[in-house]
Amino acid sequence: MHQEWVTLTVLFLPFVGALLAPFLTRFLNHQAAWPLAIVPALCFLHFTGFIGTVSSGQTVTGGYPWFESLDVDFSWLIDGLSLTFALLVTGIGTLIVLYAGGYLKGHPHLGRFFSFILLFMGAMQGLVVSDSFLMLFVFWELTSITSFLLIGFDHAREASRRAAIQALMVTGLGGLSLLAGLLLIWNITGANALSTLLEQGSALRDAPLYLAALLLILGGAFTKSAQFPLHFWLPNAMEAPTPVSAYLHSATMVKAGVYLLMRLNPVMGDTVAWETILPLFGGATLLVGALLGIRQTDLKLMLAYTTVASLGLLVMLTGFGSETAIEAAVLYLVAHAMFKGALFMVAGIIDHETGTRDVRKLGGIGKAMPITFAAAVLAACSMGGLPPFAGFLAKEEIYAGLGFANGWTILLTIVAFIGNALMFALGFAVALKPFTGEKVETPKKPHEGPALLWLGPVVLAALGLVFALLSTFSHGIISTPMASAVAGEPVSVSISVIPHIGLPLLLSLLTVALGVIIFIRLTSAREAMASTLQAIGWGPDRGFDQAIRGIIRLSALVTNRFQNGRLEFYLTATLGLLAASILIPMIALGELPVLPDFPDLRFYEWAVFLIAGIGLAAVLWARDRLTAVVSLGIQGFAVAMLFMLFGAPDLSFTQFMVETLSVVILALVLTRLNLQPSDHRPLGQKLLDVTIASFCGAGLGLLLLRVTQVPFNAGLSDFYAQYSRVIAHGRNVVNVIIVDFRGLDTLGEISVVMITGLAILALIRVATPRSTKTAAPAKKSEA
Amino acid sequence: MDLIFTLTVAVFFTVGFYLMLSRHNIRILIGIAIFGNAVNLTIFTAGRITRLAPPIIPIDADALAAGTANPLPQALILTAIVISFSFFAFLLVLAFRTYQELGTDDTDDMRVAEPKNEGLPPLGY
Repeated sequence: MHQEWVTLTVLFLPFVGALLAPFLTRFLNHQAAWPLAIVPALCFLHFTGFIGTVSSGQTVTGGYPWFESLDVDFSWLIDGLSLTFALLVTGIGTLIVLYAGGYLKGHPHLGRFFSFILLFMGAMQGLVVSDSFLMLFVFWELTSITSFLLIGFDHAREASRRAAIQALMVTGLGGLSLLAGLLLIWNITGANALSTLLEQGSALRDAPLYLAALLLILGGAFTKSAQFPLHFWLPNAMEAPTPVSAYLHSATMVKAGVYLLMRLNPVMGDTVAWETILPLFGGATLLVGALLGIRQTDLKLMLAYTTVASLGLLVMLTGFGSETAIEAAVLYLVAHAMFKGALFMVAGIIDHETGTRDVRKLGGIGKAMPITFAAAVLAACSMGGLPPFAGFLAKEEIYAGLGFANGWTILLTIVAFIGNALMFALGFAVALKPFTGEKVETPKKPHEGPALLWLGPVVLAALGLVFALLSTFSHGIISTPMASAVAGEPVSVSISVIPHIGLPLLLSLLTVALGVIIFIRLTSAREAMASTLQAIGWGPDRGFDQAIRGIIRLSALVTNRFQNGRLEFYLTATLGLLAASILIPMIALGELPVLPDFPDLRFYEWAVFLIAGIGLAAVLWARDRLTAVVSLGIQGFAVAMLFMLFGAPDLSFTQFMVETLSVVILALVLTRLNLQPSDHRPLGQKLLDVTIASFCGAGLGLLLLRVTQVPFNAGLSDFYAQYSRVIAHGRNVVNVIIVDFRGLDTLGEISVVMITGLAILALIRVATPRSTKTAAPAKKSEA
Repeated sequence: MDLIFTLTVAVFFTVGFYLMLSRHNIRILIGIAIFGNAVNLTIFTAGRITRLAPPIIPIDADALAAGTANPLPQALILTAIVISFSFFAFLLVLAFRTYQELGTDDTDDMRVAEPKNEGLPPLGY
């Protein structure tokens, strides 16, 4: 029986764990890993409860309303695909938390690390079970953000910061592309949840905007799953502590893109675009990843490039379009999560116990670390596709799925063949080279790590064996439901470890043979790759640096151009825009005012307007500033006269007072300044300024004229006229409004005036030594 | 009557903006003062102009008689005049202190906050 609130609790449980982690770590140090591992373990247990329902072919959905006005729910969808992912995320998550306790034992920020890794787990778990698009997107971005925090965990190193920013930039931009894609799909189909979308069948495929939606979705999936040429962030993410690399960058997060593709395969797959783009990019990623891996000497980087290659292989298989290929992708995904997680943890143990990860400086430590060695070999066997491991099943199915039907499939088979052989060599290079051969002096004396460290790899490597040996059982609960969900129709996976004579087996044998050859000649292959890459020189990783610098330079250029520190420029731009935003719509929409009749004014009224004009003109043409100030007074008094003549005596008095004060203060200050007599602007500047000012003035004037020509709403004025006497007991309506109806406003206004006064006082009183020096000539001129 | 008021407002705005486009602090200040008057006149005009009596209730009445001026814009303008005066006074003192500190009233020479030829921001991570 599916209890919705339990699932909801489980979805939020890791976030609660993340909150508790720092406190637990304060009291228990690295032993906090044990109680904290209960969190993912509980989630894992909860998801195992779905196995019965899902393996019988059913889908579990549930959820709660979220934004009801937008018809968006907080809802989940649990079928074979999301269940497998959820089990991987929570199961490996449990092992990783334990491993991190051993790996980062004694680290000053261990609590923070636990917190981040649980946050990530919550995000990833939410991502794979999300049903509604919005929820999917939110969790998707949350994985990018937590990945940023984890890669940059060692933030004191520049390489970490760079890798973190790079990962965030690439996956974050991909996330935006995904959002656009999801919105487009919502728009096309009307479905805003995966479950409703999956019910629609081929509606999306047949839509005219299908290709645009596909490209946007691929933008999200390819960045997240590090497809060539956007693969470069993944190897750089190896700057993160090894538990992060093992968890995020091999087993879970980087598979989110593959998850998305698999999820959408039933509704977006089976088209020419899908079956061309995916194998093309996937195949290229497979080859590039495997070839670049050969060059590396750092254990983690070798594994990282094989992860890139594996992701390419998964994308290629998902896009291939045959049922067997999908089965192969499913098997490979599960097998990869187990062996790659284990190998990463092994690389971390080697680094932790010997002090180096350089494969050239390691050798013969197998005697000192037998358990780790055993786990490494088991995982490498699975990675190399040897029977009876899970990787073997996957490889058989890959070759069976691709086949030799035509030139295109033969090409893909060859790509898969080369990639698999290279990965075989790299897997065994990581698992054998450090442990076997002659003993090499390492920075630390190697010895077996604590149980916290080796538990994870041992369990995962052993699972790879169990999965294949009990293939009927594991197919029943994992492979068949997942493959059915990806294919969109019931599929039955039946491959077992018993070899069946045929072409796939032959190819497997050839792969192993080629892999062994490469393994033996790895050193010379590495040198050959290194010199080839040296010759090429440029790569997308360097391109990223160039792009970032270019963006910084461009923004500096734009900023310096538009924020050049010149007030004049800012004002010109602002006023120009003001004029345009008033005049253009007014003319475009035909809202120009009607020209009214010539005003019927009395002669003294004309005189006041004339005085105002003269005052303004005198300000403009004044020879020196003192004249300008006095002329300023003229226009101010003219305004006061206007108020007086047109029924506003209160305004008039205030205006008279304020203008007088302004002129007096301004004149006082001016006499203390030693200024050049007048304003010099070049003629061109003058013309430009006059034009802009005139357009602004004309625009505002026209706007005002238009305003006076619409019907006047006197409601509020009438209210005041009606009630000033009756309610507020005052006869001067203007005064009543100010001190009574809007009394609080007036109080605010008084505070403003007071604060201004205080500020002025402070400005005048504060005198620095420098100011007394420059003020000296001003005093002289006063005298 | 609206026409002549609108024209006046337009001229006030134009002169105010023209002065504000100057590079000299004092000219800008004068421009702001004129701009303030322009805004007040705009509110006044938008509340409809009348040559009639001021909005005062006669001693023998309880409400404002029809045909008096609109009290609402007047109240608004009264507030605006006082606030713009405070603003003006504050700016004036700022300009004065700026002159004392920097020895200039030319805005182009005031580059303390935004120095000329600022280099590129850091290009690293």
